[in-house]
Amino acid sequence: MNRLEADARHPVRFTLNGKAVEAEAEPRTLLSDFLRQQLGATGTHVGCEHGVCGACTIVVDDMLTRACLTLAVQVDGCDIRTVEGIAPSPDRLSALQRAFRRNHALQCGFCTAGILMSLDHYLSRHPAPTEEEIRELLSGHLCRCTGYTPIIRAALEAARLATSSEETSDA
Amino acid sequence: MVQAAVRTAISCDQGKGDERPWVGRSIERVEDAGLLSGRGRFIDDLGVQPGTLHAAILRSPHAHADILAIDTEAAKRLAGVAVVLTGEQVKAVTSSLVVGVKAPVECWPIATDRVRYVGEPVAVVVATDRARAEDAAELISVEYRPRSAVVDPLGTLAREAPVLHDGFPGNLASDRTFRYGDPEQAFADAPHRFSIDVKYPRNSCTPIETYGVIASHDAAEDAFDILANFQGPFSIHTVIARALKVPGNRLRLRTPPDSGGSFGVKQGVFPYIVLIAAAARVAGRPVKWIEDRLEHLAASVSATNRATTLSAAVAADGKILALDWDQIEDCGAHLRAPEPATLYRMHGNMTGAYDIRHVKIRNRVVVTNKTPTGLNRGFGGPQVYFALERLVQRIALGLGVEPLDVIRRNLIEANAFPYRTASGALLDSGNYQEAVARAIEGGKFAELKARRDEARAQGRLYGIGLAAVVEPSVSNMGYITTVLTAAERRKTGPKNGAQATATIGLDPVGSVTVHVASVPQGQGHRTVLSQVVADVFGLEPKDIRVNTEIDTAKDAWSIASGNYASRFAAAVAGTAKLAAERVAGRLARIAASQLNVEPADIVFTRGFVASRHNPENRIAFSRVAALSHWSPGSLPDDAGQTIRETVFWTPPELTPPDDEDRINSSLCHGFIFDFCGVEIDRTTLETRIDRYVTMHDCGTILHPGMVNGQIRGGFAQALGAALYEEYAYADDGSFLTGTLADYLLPTTTEVPEPQIIHMETPSPFTPLGAKGVGEGNCMSTPVCVANAVADALGLVDVTLPLVPARLAELVRGAEPPPPSGHPIARPARQGDRQLRGEGQASLKGAPERVWRMLLDPATLQSVIPGCQRVDKISETHFRADVTLGIGPVTGRYRADVELFDLEPPRAVRLRGAAEGALGFGSAEGRIMLAPDGRGGTQLTYSYDAAIGGKVASIGGRLLDGATRVIIGQFFAALARKAGGGAAGGFSLFAWLAKLASLFGGRR
Repeated sequence: MNRLEADARHPVRFTLNGKAVEAEAEPRTLLSDFLRQQLGATGTHVGCEHGVCGACTIVVDDMLTRACLTLAVQVDGCDIRTVEGIAPSPDRLSALQRAFRRNHALQCGFCTAGILMSLDHYLSRHPAPTEEEIRELLSGHLCRCTGYTPIIRAALEAARLATSSEETSDA
Repeated sequence: MVQAAVRTAISCDQGKGDERPWVGRSIERVEDAGLLSGRGRFIDDLGVQPGTLHAAILRSPHAHADILAIDTEAAKRLAGVAVVLTGEQVKAVTSSLVVGVKAPVECWPIATDRVRYVGEPVAVVVATDRARAEDAAELISVEYRPRSAVVDPLGTLAREAPVLHDGFPGNLASDRTFRYGDPEQAFADAPHRFSIDVKYPRNSCTPIETYGVIASHDAAEDAFDILANFQGPFSIHTVIARALKVPGNRLRLRTPPDSGGSFGVKQGVFPYIVLIAAAARVAGRPVKWIEDRLEHLAASVSATNRATTLSAAVAADGKILALDWDQIEDCGAHLRAPEPATLYRMHGNMTGAYDIRHVKIRNRVVVTNKTPTGLNRGFGGPQVYFALERLVQRIALGLGVEPLDVIRRNLIEANAFPYRTASGALLDSGNYQEAVARAIEGGKFAELKARRDEARAQGRLYGIGLAAVVEPSVSNMGYITTVLTAAERRKTGPKNGAQATATIGLDPVGSVTVHVASVPQGQGHRTVLSQVVADVFGLEPKDIRVNTEIDTAKDAWSIASGNYASRFAAAVAGTAKLAAERVAGRLARIAASQLNVEPADIVFTRGFVASRHNPENRIAFSRVAALSHWSPGSLPDDAGQTIRETVFWTPPELTPPDDEDRINSSLCHGFIFDFCGVEIDRTTLETRIDRYVTMHDCGTILHPGMVNGQIRGGFAQALGAALYEEYAYADDGSFLTGTLADYLLPTTTEVPEPQIIHMETPSPFTPLGAKGVGEGNCMSTPVCVANAVADALGLVDVTLPLVPARLAELVRGAEPPPPSGHPIARPARQGDRQLRGEGQASLKGAPERVWRMLLDPATLQSVIPGCQRVDKISETHFRADVTLGIGPVTGRYRADVELFDLEPPRAVRLRGAAEGALGFGSAEGRIMLAPDGRGGTQLTYSYDAAIGGKVASIGGRLLDGATRVIIGQFFAALARKAGGGAAGGFSLFAWLAKLASLFGGRR
């Protein structure tokens, strides 16, 4: 393992939503701060900085990760996905995002990025989840606005639409 | 006349088939696309001016202590540090925040000579980046002399209680008595008297985004420019300007486009606005501060906790004849604006949904060593209704009737509206009987009772709770003056009303812009306003662009602006409608002259302004709308301009308190009737919501999806307040719930979907007939759940939150002592955080050698990670600086250790104290050395420690684990060192310093 100088800044390179990025970080810099402050990827939000609220959840090398519990220097060479990478294009939303909008699954939108990342990751692996499974998955996220039900509905609806459209295209 | 024409035109328009009005439809929100794709613009997402500095705040670990000295020299020397401000420097550039009662008391945003709650700011460090600022904050040395602390609202009134402010003798900030009707006679005549004592806990709606402030000061003009995720009310603008010693026009206060939830809480950012603005002025550079979660939970703001005694005089048939309220409101360590508003917000509504003519109220406001209080969703409602609706259940039990019957017997009659309550509120509209009947029917109350019977027959713990609540909205800016006497009010001048503002702008291509000063934090104001204005102009919501950012230097605003008291739908959206109608009236005149018809014949529909009688005779809306820009000369003489119109609206019903202290504290009053069934697990005593029904009459519904969103969100927060959440303090004032793992919020697995039932009785006092809806469940749900739990367990008294441990105590009595042979750690003082442990280690070298090493400070730095410095005061007395991280908090501690009962080379007892920004405490331990028979030493140790301060806030669960890990690591490293034959070795002091620094030392 590389030994890093505490007071020095170290280059960190990784893939962010499919694009190569590079910037320098002190060893103590959190990945959440690095994404937001060094790379300007402010879609990932910081709510507690101790891993409970889930707002900063991102995907690192195909694993759901709390960016606030990860150091920037740890992800050198990794593949990272954040909320900025979910939509197919800047003026279009993904099926999951559209389901959120239809179901009023967000109010202030501060916790939403983390929830979207968890769901996007989970639904790609579990295309036909039950409500209980979604509730279990999202129990690692805190939302103070919605009372959660619209989020659960949006997730189930997105899964249902994705499955039915696949069936249609298969047919 | 023209207004009437426009109104007719719209309603005519609304009648046609698919041309339903946009208001009342759950359209998708305009806010969502950006928020869903990471393009929100919250305060910490916005760029700052180059050269902006960052602040970190050093906070008090003590609940109550004198500040003897602050040494900031080391912090100032750290590279990157611009300035370090203590209370003295802040005082030099600001004046005290205004206090809401008449008393010789000051209120500073930072401690000056004394700290009064854990987390109170003591110093502000401003540096090139946040990490440097935090590094420097740790280098500040503060010498405290602790005082005894008081955290209980009743305890603080006791003669022996420590006094927080000399200007509040006996810790009493206000004591007022009110009398409406003839309560004494009613009590004397009534056949029954029922009473309840309630202690409502502290909690907070804790938005997921914390506070943020970016401030700069222009020395040339002595003017401040401040961006903050403040939520209003903008009466606070006055407080901030006064504190910063500038006139209002030199305090430009702006809000970011997005705010990550507030629920009232972000009103409490204002002391930090003053603090950071002062720092920017001293630094001569812009300063940014983003609060962290620990700071937020410990020291941002909280709802009030309250001790209430409520009595009712009751007739034989259950009719409540009189109420006697005795409320003791705990506002924490300082009475910050707008407190004691929490206590007076409900003053007109102290009789709830009931027709009760005789009322006595005693309101006392006290201070304790806890975080100052402020706005929080429900604002005063949860505290009042918990007492009132618990009492209703108590009355039903006492009379042997159903709680529902007591509620029904006392509801205000449907034909009595508008109804003036005994204490002065004018309830605008409603039909409470009908609402209750619909809820009972639609929510299947009879079936729920059968469900309870069935569960009980099976031996399960099942209960039903009810609550009827009047939800006030649109606060009267004058209600807080009810805390003053009529004579005092005459001196200060009248305060009343609630000015709402809205501006409609038409640009040169005729597109429509709306601006309001409503400062949403996720409520979708932009969407609703686009619906309201689209309806007036016959356009679609997507044609209307709405801006809800506020800039006090440029925008129309008043002291009532902001997002609080559920005022948006009732006041702000209504004002936008009035403004749009005013513009539409002028456009109708212009169009009428162009189309050669009477203005009364004009309708706005589908993007055109047309003749009602001959729809083909029409002109594009955008063309009429643009005319004021391009050809003002061709407008009819009486039309005026249509470029921009601002309307201010204040309801005449919001009058100041009268000489008898009657106050119409709010404009609108919605009605809520809730009932629920809960089941409590016999083994774990965990409460599960089986079914929850909530009936709402919030007047006209503007957007059903958002109304239900408000209800669900409020319900979830209220469920948290009922079952999990409490800002907990130890008796010494230590704050015990500083992380979201200690302050538990409900998650997806705890929050069920409530059954929501609506009824719409429009308010006659608001332009759209709408009333507020966002706070109701925070008022109704905690007591509804508590009533159900009391019903399930057959309890007379229940206290929130209904955590299993508390229910266990109520149901099973206090926990019995453990069986003999298992020693139990008994706290030295109630509320102390006690930690105990023991262990052993094997070391090379005989006990005599180990003993010498133990007493040698020179070897310590290589042994203790994070040990900066060790001083040997005497042979048995050491001091050291240690940096230590536990869970999310890392801090520097100064340890002071003495050795006792020395038995060289076999045993020693140690006693230590440590203190740092993160905590303080004391530890005692014993170390024994024995030869292991192979030339080495067997070392055994035990420790016993108590902690306080910030480190206590992160929870014993982390501390216990961290202790074991750190001590284990230490001995492992030590053993390695001894085994390697290096000059160092195990040191008694190293171990002790580690231990003492971890637990700290109580003085």
